[in-house]
Amino acid sequence: MSEKNKYQEVAYYPGCALEGSGHAYNRSTKALGKALGLKLKEVDNWNCCGAMEVKNIDPKLQTYLSSRVMSIAANEMGHEVVMAPCNGCYHNLKRAEYDMSKDTATIDVVNKLSGKAGHKAYQAGQVESIHALDWIKKGVGEDALKKKIRNSLEGIKVANYYGCMYTRPRHIFPEKDQGGESESTSKPHYMDDLLAAAGAENVDFPLKTACCGGAHTLSDSETSTRLVANILQAAEAAGAEVIATECPTCHSGLEMHQIRAEKTLGIKTSVKILYFTQLLGLALGLKPRKVGIQENVSDSRAFLKERGLA
Amino acid sequence: MRPLADIGQRLREAVDGSRATSAEELLGLGQQTLEHWVIARGFEPTQQTREGFRLLALHRQGSTDEPSFNACRETCRELVYHYNLVTMQPEHEETAQRQKMMALVANHLFLFVSGRMETRQLGDFCCSSRPLHAEH
Repeated sequence: MSEKNKYQEVAYYPGCALEGSGHAYNRSTKALGKALGLKLKEVDNWNCCGAMEVKNIDPKLQTYLSSRVMSIAANEMGHEVVMAPCNGCYHNLKRAEYDMSKDTATIDVVNKLSGKAGHKAYQAGQVESIHALDWIKKGVGEDALKKKIRNSLEGIKVANYYGCMYTRPRHIFPEKDQGGESESTSKPHYMDDLLAAAGAENVDFPLKTACCGGAHTLSDSETSTRLVANILQAAEAAGAEVIATECPTCHSGLEMHQIRAEKTLGIKTSVKILYFTQLLGLALGLKPRKVGIQENVSDSRAFLKERGLA
Repeated sequence: MRPLADIGQRLREAVDGSRATSAEELLGLGQQTLEHWVIARGFEPTQQTREGFRLLALHRQGSTDEPSFNACRETCRELVYHYNLVTMQPEHEETAQRQKMMALVANHLFLFVSGRMETRQLGDFCCSSRPLHAEH
């Protein structure tokens, strides 16, 4: 199977955030895939990836939870590729893959828990876990994407914010930093590449992988708000009108703390926050409702209308 | 050593443009921020350099046995990158813009480190780090 064909139909692991606060990301990912002729088959009876909470209490249990998703995709659905749009899910699938290939104690726990749960244990290498960015970049590519653009994003200045989990820690992403067109962990560019293909003007944004304080939102909101405010200010200082996101946690954090920064710190920013899937969907000619613009907290409707995208 | 609060104040002035701040000073503020972190962990801040920068050596020292501290690795590298841009091409038409971006990057480093200085256990919940409680 060719590299491109491999991504035409993938097992889809939306994760819990995409059923809640990140619903617009779920909606726009599905709509974008359909418009591009890509197929998604949702993982049957998927479970939580273990997120940050389980990881910090019992890392092996978290690995098991992520491995179960991969096991169902491979052993029960016959898929070779699992696509997760959420950085947290993607990160945890990658980490589970790494641990399952290196750590015998983890393998033992996964085997034991899989037996108790009554499903086949995941074996390292059974599936390839990818992010939604990989899916579009490798399954479609910039050249094919350009041919499908109906409403160019030309003139829209975008700061691409990848957050921390898409590239860290580097050792769980062995396919990255391989030179050529591979993704970079220090300066990721897949989102930049895809949005540029849709006509957007990417600004030079030095905080594209900087911490947004996402994990501290409840325990130390003040720090999270200050970190997000600085990211938003940096995006505006770089000339961006839009921050493109590819993670529901980052996205929600930026939206919520944009409001909070104005209320509690008096820092007002007007940069719009949109998922990259929403921007690409609009560029393909999809209606704003189809990509969930109305579900965003950051209201970009007037901006998009002004730019002829809504 | 300059108190952390003073560093924060100085960086806020650099970000809002109320006081001119050189690239040299911004890099120094980044180093002083990391010195606070290293001292709080019971170490003597290194005087060594990595790739020609003490900031990068301090970051490495601050990350020892603290994987979640790596979350500011790229921020440190961006600070160095902007320092190079500003100091090696001082006549460039974008120097003022680069200096503004450098101030925002330095401020991010400060916010990340000072936030963790306040609530050290936050490190346990770093999104991208390997869990600190992991046995392997």
